[in-house]
This record gives sequence, C-alpha cells and structure tokens, in this order.
Amino acid sequence: MKILVCITHVPDTTSKINFVEGNSKLDTTNMQFIIGPYDDYALARGVELRDALGGTLTVLNVGTAETEPTLRKALAIGADDAIRIDAEPTDAFFVSEQIAEVAKKHNYDLILMGRESSDYNGGQVHGMVGEMLGIPSLSPVMKLDIEGSTAKMAREIEGGKEYLEANLPLVLGVQEPIAEWKIPNMKGIMTARKKPLEVIQPANPTQYTQPQQYELPAAKGACKMIAPEEAEKLIELLKTEAKVL
Amino acid sequence: MSVLVFVEVADGEVKGSSLEAVGYGAEVAKQQGTTATAIVLGTSIAADKLAALGKYGAAKVLHVADEKLNNGVIQAYVQVLAQAFEQTGAKILIVAKSSLSDAVTARLSVRLKASLASNVTDLPSTNGGFTVKKSVFTGKAFQTISLANENKIIALKKSAFSPVDSGSPAPVETFSASLSDADFGVKITKTDKITGELLLTEADLVVSGGRGLKGPENWGVILDLAKALNAATGCSKPVSDLDWRPHHEHVGQTGVKVAPNLYVAVGISGAIQHLAGVSSSKCIVVINKDPEAPFFKAADYGIVGDAFEILPKLTAAAQKLK
Repeated sequence: MKILVCITHVPDTTSKINFVEGNSKLDTTNMQFIIGPYDDYALARGVELRDALGGTLTVLNVGTAETEPTLRKALAIGADDAIRIDAEPTDAFFVSEQIAEVAKKHNYDLILMGRESSDYNGGQVHGMVGEMLGIPSLSPVMKLDIEGSTAKMAREIEGGKEYLEANLPLVLGVQEPIAEWKIPNMKGIMTARKKPLEVIQPANPTQYTQPQQYELPAAKGACKMIAPEEAEKLIELLKTEAKVL
Repeated sequence: MSVLVFVEVADGEVKGSSLEAVGYGAEVAKQQGTTATAIVLGTSIAADKLAALGKYGAAKVLHVADEKLNNGVIQAYVQVLAQAFEQTGAKILIVAKSSLSDAVTARLSVRLKASLASNVTDLPSTNGGFTVKKSVFTGKAFQTISLANENKIIALKKSAFSPVDSGSPAPVETFSASLSDADFGVKITKTDKITGELLLTEADLVVSGGRGLKGPENWGVILDLAKALNAATGCSKPVSDLDWRPHHEHVGQTGVKVAPNLYVAVGISGAIQHLAGVSSSKCIVVINKDPEAPFFKAADYGIVGDAFEILPKLTAAAQKLK
C-alpha cells in the first residue's frame, strides 16, 4: 500500500487575520502555523492504515522553505518520508498540478488530504487531482476502511451519510470523525529529523485564478443584552429591529 | 453563449441555495448580455417545480431525467455537466456551494479549463476583466480574485444573494447525456438521510445547543424553540463528539459552516473553532449562564441566564408571532 497525504500549512485557528502591503498580503508577523485541521485527520487515518496494512506513507506540501517545520511535524506523527514542492501555493489549480505530477511518478494507491484548507476554504484540490490523474475523487469522507483493493467509505451528505465502495486508486478529501488527531511523541520527534525530506521544483506553473486584494469584514456592533426575566422581548427585537423573523 | 446554473434537489424540492444560484445566474447572464439556463439531474422532482425555476430567472430548464442520477454520483455528474456546458455553448457555470458541488466543480474546472471561484459573496465585477469577491480564512476575511480563463465556474456562498420570485415559468427541455458504466464506478451502497426536516446548511434560521444543556435528554427545549421558529437545529463539537446529537448537526471549523439570517446559540461558550462555523450569520443570539462566555463578543443579542427558564419563554413568544 502506497499512501500519499497532502497537507497544507495554515495559520493556527486562533490567529487574528490582518493584511499588509496595500491589503495584498497576509500579515504573518507572530503568526503560528499548523497542519491544516482537516489534513491532520487525513494524516492520522493514513498512519493507521499504513500501520495496519503495511507499505509507505509519504507526506507532501506545496510551499516555500518556511513550511518545513510543518512537514517535520507530519514526519514525527508517522509519515515515512516527505516531499516539498518549492513554490508559493498560488491557486488550487496550480497546487493540484504539482501534486498530480508527483503522483504520476509514484503510483500511489491512495491520496488523502483534508476536505478543504482552513485558509482559502476552496475544497477543490482533491477533485482537481482526481481529474488530472483520471481516477475517482470523493469528499467529504468521514470513514475509510480498505479491504484488498476496495475502499469502503462513508461520505457526509446534507442531513446524513452515504456509504460507498470503490476500487483503488482514489483521491479522498476527508473530515472528522475519520480518525483522532495524533500528537507526536518524543521518539517520533527524534526520528523525524532523520527521515528524508525531498525538495523538488514546481512543474508547469499555470494558474487559473489571479488573487488581487483582501479585505476584512465590517466590525461587529456591541451585543445588546436582554434581562432574562424579559426574555420574550428578544423575539420582538428579532422581528422589528434585526428583521430576521 | 449562455450562463448555465446547476440546480440541486433535496427531498423532491429545489434546494433554497440553488434558487439563490438561479437568481444570481440570471443577474450574471444580464451582465453578459445573455440568458441563464438551469440544469437539473435525476427524476426525484416534479415537472411543475422544474418550470417554476423560470420565476427565479431561468430562461430555460434542462432536465436530465435519468434515475441513476437521483444520488449525487460525483463522476457521473461531472460528465453530464461538462456535456451540457459544451453543448449549450456556455462560458460560465454557476452553482450553490455544497459538498456535492465542491467535488463536482473541482473536476469540471480541470476538464473545461475553467477558472473556478468558490464561496463567492457578490456579483462579478466586469470593469476591465472579470473579478469576484469570495469569503476566505473561514469567514475572517474576503479576497478579490480575477477569473481570466475563457470558461469560468462560480460557486456561490449560501445567503450571498436573495432570489426574487417575479418571472414566469420557463420551458423545460429534456437533455440526454451520454454516460458509461465507468462513470458509476463508485458504488453507493446505502444512504442514511433525514427526511422531512430542514437541512442545517439550507436553513435561514438555526438554533444550536452546547454542553451547557448537560445531556441529550434535555434537548426538548432546543427542539421546541426550533419548531416554533421553523428553524433547523445544530450543536457544538463536544455535543456531537459525545454522541448527544448526530455529526451532521455539528457546526464549526471542522463541521458544518452555516450562514443563516439568525443563529441562536444556547449553552455554547463560543470557542474560536465554533465561531468559525457561524461567523457569516447575519444575526447571532447567545444565551449562556456565564456572562464571561466569549461568544457574547460575537453576538448581536445576548441573554445571561438559565436556558431551561429562558427557552420556554422564547418558544411561547415565537408561537404567538404566527
């Protein structure tokens, strides 16, 4: 079993978002970066499957040198080796093409990633990679078991779940509760330093979209407090003042 | 050249978010000096409901009446939509963002060489180019991007556009797509889906409960208020982790992201991961025993007190509105 897990390097969920250089660039001053929360689930399930079925797990990120600590963390969690494609991840099509190029050379049985990144929230890369490789893609997958060459999965749909079966190879965008996040232990952190991390140059730098500018949402007004003994007044305010009923 | 709008069906009805997409598609078509064509897949919807898409702005409705498409089979949907896009000579595809349309539009973007923008919140700007504004950083910011390819796909964020029911029914034409077995290579073995309930992602009003309710047996107060308001119900991550409520009700960073007109949070402290799922709501009400709960900072209205006393009062007041 050859598994590829693609991870994003994103601002910690608690980060305050601001922009610099005429609102054209994210202000990363003092910002903590983490493995994308959904990607962390993909990595955790990938490690479990590799441990149960044997084989290898490669972790991949499209990013500049500053994302290497994030890749090292993924190695500490249990990936066998890492690939960094040395480029700014400018849009989903560009990132997908880089992943597809690597995948064409390595014939992975399973390509896992989060359902979406928590920065640009596109949820597009798994589908694009699947189309580029000519293999099925599914998302958001919340349960995944492998039996022989068949994947048995549950996918979240609006108001419920859908159970699916498909032959490998597959590209999957995943979400909880597919696995529990794993925290690296000391042994993992020590061995991660020695695991291979290959840096490769991007191929075919094509973009389908061109980012221009950011803006922040309008500031929220103060919260209007209502005394609990007059709770029913809230319904009136929602109707006449907020006009949402 | 026309604008194609992919319309999703749930429980035999056109999804509200898809009506928004039809209305939005009609406006985009107007900008481009053309008309919007809606396309509906599967046989789970009645003919009059197809024609009614005309009232929201569709000039024509294409119906792919194949019962194999009643479930959202991603690969097959990609085939059908790619063929419809090419045969109608469309240059722009509009969809309402959903877990199905995310999966389908990503593949279509590659197949049609189309610039794809997701979570779009406004009409495109066509002054010297074609740019759209989209929500990024899980609701914490917006980004303007340019879609330079000739073909374009726009996935509209929920509640970003209010459709107006003003036109007249549209002609419905059958569209036959050529599909092969390979398009159905992924087998759906079973579907567990609630029926007859409001879908959380589609709801205009949402009432959510958190750990402050102390146990699943206490959910009656939430369900009663939701029923009185005709709202969908949601919950916080701990509540779904504890199996008090099903996972598809979990609202937050790693669960469902909602953008209703009204979000009522009861006994939810307001961890940043939860706020990430609700920050696009138009109006937020927070009810919590703890006056220091961080959620109050993100709220429009707040009540500090015991949910079990407050919610019945709200339910009674909401029932009187009807």
